[in-house]
Amino acid sequence: MSSTAILGGWIAVFLTLGIFSYLYKDNPFYKIAEHLFVGVSAGYWTAIFFWTQIQPNLFGRLWPTTEFSADSLWYKLYNGLSFFSTSVFPEGGIDKGHEMHLIYLIPFALGVMMLLSLIPKINWFARWGIAYTVGMAAGLRAYGYLNSNVIGQIKGTAASFSDPTLPFFSLTSPSIFNSIVILVGTITGLLYFYFSKEHKGTLGKLSKIGIYFLMISFGASFGFAVMGRISLLIGRFVDLIKYSSGDYFNASLWVLAIMIIILGYDAFTNRKPPLNEDAV
Amino acid sequence: MKDKQFWVITGGFTLAFLIYWLAGHPLFNADRIIMFIAITVIGGTLLYNIRMAERGEEFYLRPIPGLKAVEEAVGRSTEMGKPVLYVPGIMDMDQVETVAGVIVLGHVSKMTARYETTLNVPVSRSIVMKAAREACRESYMVEGRIDMFHEDMVHYLTDDQFAYAAGVNGIMVREKPAACLYMGKFYAESLILAETGNSIGAIQIAGTASQAQIPFFVTACDYTLIGEEFFAASAYLSQKPELIGGVRGQDMVKAGVITVIVAATVLRFLYESWGIGFDVVKLLTVQ
Repeated sequence: MSSTAILGGWIAVFLTLGIFSYLYKDNPFYKIAEHLFVGVSAGYWTAIFFWTQIQPNLFGRLWPTTEFSADSLWYKLYNGLSFFSTSVFPEGGIDKGHEMHLIYLIPFALGVMMLLSLIPKINWFARWGIAYTVGMAAGLRAYGYLNSNVIGQIKGTAASFSDPTLPFFSLTSPSIFNSIVILVGTITGLLYFYFSKEHKGTLGKLSKIGIYFLMISFGASFGFAVMGRISLLIGRFVDLIKYSSGDYFNASLWVLAIMIIILGYDAFTNRKPPLNEDAV
Repeated sequence: MKDKQFWVITGGFTLAFLIYWLAGHPLFNADRIIMFIAITVIGGTLLYNIRMAERGEEFYLRPIPGLKAVEEAVGRSTEMGKPVLYVPGIMDMDQVETVAGVIVLGHVSKMTARYETTLNVPVSRSIVMKAAREACRESYMVEGRIDMFHEDMVHYLTDDQFAYAAGVNGIMVREKPAACLYMGKFYAESLILAETGNSIGAIQIAGTASQAQIPFFVTACDYTLIGEEFFAASAYLSQKPELIGGVRGQDMVKAGVITVIVAATVLRFLYESWGIGFDVVKLLTVQ
């Protein structure tokens, strides 16, 4: 076992138990784990976004190797940029398998505009980037949502009631009963979200059925998700058991013991005096 | 027929399209006719209702308990002298829930400005941070309390899902906000956040359309805005006629969808049983 693997195991145990220690109360171990997690992940994602998106997909399309020409003004500008960093702007253009697409100057400009928010006088430029993101997403997703959430739902709900091969009742496969449940559930569920009429009388009764359908589906979803979380918890315990072996110098046991001692000592020394009932 | 201008334009557009269709409809993908019809009918319905609302027609909106509770939650924070924590989800501005979350934040920040309550908005995306700051700044300006606005009330934590959850949890246990509002798109961190908020005794209101996360919010929060209720929230809170008209328009679309579902079921039954009519499934299949 290499010393790096052992050290990694000890850090993993400390961070896992540090986060778990939150179950007791907010304490310095949790704070260390939390701040490390937040800080490292912020830096990590910045690096990941830069090296997987900005460098290959943006710069790689603006200055690709395939179109490199040392005499062109565009690549002279590139050479100027490579003076600052040859790893971001390597010599001879960026080789990420892209052709030159100058249309990418638009996202580049929008990105620069976002950065301009650092300068108070012209920070309104950043709104252009936000406006583009929201507008683009609204237009792009409207078609997809309409297709899947409206047309697809209508198609899925208008089930077949005439197929002679369909059984009347089956829990695990298509059946007439399931088709009726889907039809009633969809219609009553939609009626629950009808806002411009008071939910009284027939509408009130139907929307009540709708909320029952919603709650049953939420319950099923809840149970399914909890099962998934339990498997994640088991995964952490499996790791803690692995790190408690002699190969890792019983990391889990030592870290757990030290944490309990320190937290116990802290609780003992900082315990609140009992309330003086006479003084109340 | 209250809006003559609308009906004249709609009639003209329909006539023009019929002429174009009968002329052989060049450059038109007929396989997607159902999408064309859906977009024009839904768009037209929304537009009509928005115009009607702007012209002064009053529409009834049934009360949603979760929305009434937003003001109560801010008021409670004011009374207790504790901050309001607003979490706009973990996704970017390209998600409609995040956009809705930022819009609701605008209304919440108006209340915090009015009541002089501290607002804390940790975010996980840079563009959301910028948009949320703009929304808060505008609200404080509208309320005439720009002196109370400071950029750090909306602050970035991290893009990582669980690191963000850990950071927000830390804020909760240290600052002990009296109200926690979760409005946006959430994933597995939803229960972690809501349970922590519950443990510190904060009044909690959640709003999301993330189907898998609604159960967790329903379990751990005092009020939950489910799906469409969340999107209608901005109309309820602002009482702007154009937004209320939009909600009314969506209701009409829902009524239309229910009608189409029933009609499609009957048509399918008739076609498959006796060959009457046409294949509605084929019509509803977008190529």
